[in-house]
Amino acid sequence: MVQVKIWGSLAAFADDQSQVEIEAKNLRELLDGLAAAYPAMRPQLDRGVSVSIDGRIYNDSWFTPIREDSEVVLLARLKGG
Amino acid sequence: MALDSKSDLPQFKVVGTRPARPDGIDKVTGRARFGADMSAPGMLTGLILRSPHAHARIVSIDTSKAEALAGVHAVVTRKDFREITDDDFTADILDNCMAGAKALYDGHAIAAVAASSTKIAREALKLIDVTYEKLDHVTDVDEAIEDGAPVLHEGRSDETVPAGMSPNVLSRYEFGHGDPEEGLKNADHVVERTYKTEATHQGYIEPHACLAQMGPDGQGDLWVCTQGHYMVRNTCAAILGIEQGQLRVTASEIGGGFGGKTTLFLEPVALMLAKKSGRPVKMVMTRSEVLRATGPTASTSIDVKIGMTKDGKITAGFAEMRYQGGAYPGSPVEFGAMSAFAPYDLEHVKTIGWDIVTNRPKAAAYRAPGAPMAAFAVESAIDELARHFGLDPLEVRLKNAAREGTKASYGPTYPAIGLEATLRTAKDHPHWSAPLGENQGRGVACGFWFNFGGDTCVTLNITPDGTVTVSEGNPDIGGSRASMSMMAAEELGIPYEKVRTIVADTGSLGQNEVTDGSRVTFAVGLATIEAARAAKREMCKRAAMIWGIDEEAVEWVDGAAQPAGPNAGKFPPMTLAEIAETASNTGGPIAGHHEANPEGAGVSFATHMCDVEVDPDTGAAKILRYTVFQDAGKAIHPAYVEGQFQGGAAQGIGWALNEEYIYGDDGILQNAGFLDYRVPVASDLPMIDAVILEIPNPGHPYGVRGVGETSIVPPLAAVANAVSAAAGVRMTDLPMSPPKLLAALHAKG
Repeated sequence: MVQVKIWGSLAAFADDQSQVEIEAKNLRELLDGLAAAYPAMRPQLDRGVSVSIDGRIYNDSWFTPIREDSEVVLLARLKGG
Repeated sequence: MALDSKSDLPQFKVVGTRPARPDGIDKVTGRARFGADMSAPGMLTGLILRSPHAHARIVSIDTSKAEALAGVHAVVTRKDFREITDDDFTADILDNCMAGAKALYDGHAIAAVAASSTKIAREALKLIDVTYEKLDHVTDVDEAIEDGAPVLHEGRSDETVPAGMSPNVLSRYEFGHGDPEEGLKNADHVVERTYKTEATHQGYIEPHACLAQMGPDGQGDLWVCTQGHYMVRNTCAAILGIEQGQLRVTASEIGGGFGGKTTLFLEPVALMLAKKSGRPVKMVMTRSEVLRATGPTASTSIDVKIGMTKDGKITAGFAEMRYQGGAYPGSPVEFGAMSAFAPYDLEHVKTIGWDIVTNRPKAAAYRAPGAPMAAFAVESAIDELARHFGLDPLEVRLKNAAREGTKASYGPTYPAIGLEATLRTAKDHPHWSAPLGENQGRGVACGFWFNFGGDTCVTLNITPDGTVTVSEGNPDIGGSRASMSMMAAEELGIPYEKVRTIVADTGSLGQNEVTDGSRVTFAVGLATIEAARAAKREMCKRAAMIWGIDEEAVEWVDGAAQPAGPNAGKFPPMTLAEIAETASNTGGPIAGHHEANPEGAGVSFATHMCDVEVDPDTGAAKILRYTVFQDAGKAIHPAYVEGQFQGGAAQGIGWALNEEYIYGDDGILQNAGFLDYRVPVASDLPMIDAVILEIPNPGHPYGVRGVGETSIVPPLAAVANAVSAAAGVRMTDLPMSPPKLLAALHAKG
């Protein structure tokens, strides 16, 4: 299981938890697992998120591996100028 | 000045030097072709009719008189476009390019014509009869959320917005950890203020321009000034309902973008005019159109509360941010909320952001979107706290600085970062100890930006004479052709002059993310290095064939293949040019390519220092001295890096002192021209000193971090802190234009 920290305004869609546990070995499994466990979070997941894994930020790479002890943080989808 | 940190990076021969820029001669001689320089046989001129109202229902549009005018070949309104019902993001772009049911801001596109001359096109615009039903409007971010404020859209608020709020509030974001109210109890002093910033435009020199061609066979071509021609292709295809592969987009040279050219304004309209007329159509915006109808950044209103102990330890930070992103969802408030306290190691921190719509043009990205305004608010409050206790503002920042292992305010734990290095370098710099005169003040501020990678393709071709061409898919805004050539030359072991990098069209490479997010030197550079490595492997293989040895027994050293050791045999090194010369005999042309989505871009920090003199009689603030300290990871071409630092600082200075969108009570933009929208010019600024620090990014082979955006994050606060010190009054509203500063001085007495 991976511990996933979610940002404050999403906690309301995850039973008011700021951190949830998801069974996932990569980014795709993590996002699918979040949507399955917390369907109310799906609109934001569909709009897009970024994910920090051990301090490095990922936008799209589904098969980025995640270890059980990885620090995983859900972030608003990054954009730039 | 480069401060190389100890690292495992290779000893560079090309990287870190300052060769001449490959586009320099073209640009100084006028040979470079920008968006408006394109032409085609039979080309028509396209012009847009824009709304004279800030908010109005479009009752009817009668185009019959315009269509009947001799020389008019096509008229387009929203009815010519298909409805997009499954993708709000793209639907909003279309609605911004051509209004549907309502005109949502002064300058909103209502209709367009294509005619055989500009004169006829202008005449045709006058013949389009639009019936409007004027509606109440709102342009101020705080007024937009009041009860009874005019409503732009119904039903666009997302699930994060609590019930009962204005429909103009579209999203809510919250970040942080700990309990700020608890942390504030441990403070010896708390600063609580509201800060405001006005909308500013990216102010690129080159207005938007494109040339569109759309044949009856469904194949289209588009030449356009943009930060991302693949984005242009994909979004235009979605809007027009055509296949992406049938539309080829070529990026022109670009006269600045700064985020403002990461979306569409003209392109789908030009393609539709071309489709209806059967002729090429060229569209070029005027400066007034650029300011009225293309994306400025958000204006903001930010409440900040920060507590500090008397020895300078921040006990808690809180900020509530309201950003208006114009008439559509998508202000960059989430990045303001994520970045506001990112430079600091805080036990208790919380930010709340609200995305709000108003009757203004749709906001576009602007260099580190959302971060400069947040940094202005937080860094101003920290400065005020430091001054309250008589503490050195750099020492206060050092005491609270985020470091490796710090839990960032937006969630993750930082790996190695360079903030502390920028602060220590600033403290040791002669600027910090230089004396100040009467009416002069000094300010410092820190800033942060994320950076990212994204889809990237590079092809590197070895030509028969031993020179090299690199094809990248990102418009060259900040010197990417030079940087890619340098990284290819470094990797191949050949002179920089032997490599030429071009920006390929959308038919020549796979998908490429927009030139944004400070991503190009990082991501395209990484792909260029990998493409060069692939070419080296192939060249080693060809040399092995000629020598009759195993390819594993060949290595690449200093621009040539050579036996890897004494057991491989004795052969003189075979240079790249020698291998290229016989490529036809050894298997055909040699190339390397790399396609990837490089992620893991390193975050970036900067510290800025600014000296200002305030004229107590006029309220004018003059920048006397300005120094940027920023971590570049590894500066590939230091002159370009310095240019990025200086450019970000200059734009931030303009944002702080003069630039603003001024709306009348009628919701009409009052200063849609560079005479009245005042960007800094060379005579306004001193030479901006750029101090490059190099703390390598482990996610890039050469240690590169993006540098294009962080440099605009600290200046708003650095200038405000300097002006506040010089004036003896805390300035909380930007811009600090002479009338506003003079009023503050008079109020102080």
